[in-house]
Amino acid sequence: MTMLHTVNKSPLDRNNLDSCMSMAKKGSKILLIEDAVIGAMDNTAVAEKIKGAMNDFSFYVLGPDLQARGLDEGKVIGGINVVGYDGYVDLVTETDNVQSWV
Amino acid sequence: MKFGLLVTTGPYQHQASDTALQYCRAALEKGHEIMRVFFYNDGVNNGTRYTTPPQDDRNIVNAWSELAKEHNIDLVICVAAAQRRGIVDEGEAQRNGKDGDNIAEGFRISGLGQLVEAGIECDRVLTFGG
Amino acid sequence: MAEPWEEDEGPVKKFMFVNRKAPYGTIYALESLEVVLISAAFDQDVSLVFTDDGVLQLKKGQTTDGIGMKNFSPTYRALEGYDIEKLYVDKESLDARGLTEDDLLVDVQVMGKAELADLMDEQDVVMSF
Repeated sequence: MTMLHTVNKSPLDRNNLDSCMSMAKKGSKILLIEDAVIGAMDNTAVAEKIKGAMNDFSFYVLGPDLQARGLDEGKVIGGINVVGYDGYVDLVTETDNVQSWV
Repeated sequence: MKFGLLVTTGPYQHQASDTALQYCRAALEKGHEIMRVFFYNDGVNNGTRYTTPPQDDRNIVNAWSELAKEHNIDLVICVAAAQRRGIVDEGEAQRNGKDGDNIAEGFRISGLGQLVEAGIECDRVLTFGG
Repeated sequence: MAEPWEEDEGPVKKFMFVNRKAPYGTIYALESLEVVLISAAFDQDVSLVFTDDGVLQLKKGQTTDGIGMKNFSPTYRALEGYDIEKLYVDKESLDARGLTEDDLLVDVQVMGKAELADLMDEQDVVMSF
């Protein structure tokens, strides 16, 4: 089974993403939405941790939430896929189950 | 695919209700079905028709009502959570001796069994919360 | 054709409730428990995970007189009566809070993240409070 995990809290403020990564199986997909999108940016205090985790998980980030916060898609960590709400829906249907780390 | 949604935060305070709405729209656009949206915790506040945001702001409650009407979505507010937070329909108002109700169009108040049932019947249940 | 008793069975799905928040500071712990109790009536395969501050929900000795709120922790002890017996507690979260299994008010299975990850992976429905 492949699970989709969604995270909506900033990893610079809360431990939701850490909890998610510690309990997600290798090969899981992780989608960053809402305030979590800052975690997808390069040169943040958590960027190296995310890059390291990319060996185990595929990361996605919700584009409209990046744009809303004035965060430049061009500065997203290489290898993280920017998706729209339609891509969000596809991620849910392509995986076997979803857990929201609210 | 048949989806169920669980919304656990009120509108405006958190983005979760907006995200849930956007998700519903995108899923419907792709031909999926939204069987039910279950409002729990402070999420029950999505269902009061007394919501009156400034004119230049989105009306989240109306957005739910319109979406539900257009796509036949079952909007269910948890009765226990609603009682704690003062969301009532006509029946609840009468039973609890309140002088009026405030439930918005297209929403209904029911029990937590509706959430479990959505879990059983839907292909996926997604949580949107804060 | 299905026999009548078979029709009564209905589908059984694996439901997991993930509890990550401390009690009292927010209502999530209490209202999660309410969902869990209702789910028992549907004869589903229910499991509960307590991780992060959620492990505090099971701490012995909760005394809420001073904050004017109802102590709902005895309800966790009643879960067994509803045939909800799969309570899993994250060892790392216990350790991080200076707690051990002896500090908990119900019998649970303490396990590591890898085992919890395996359990989560096999669920049909995961709800997080």
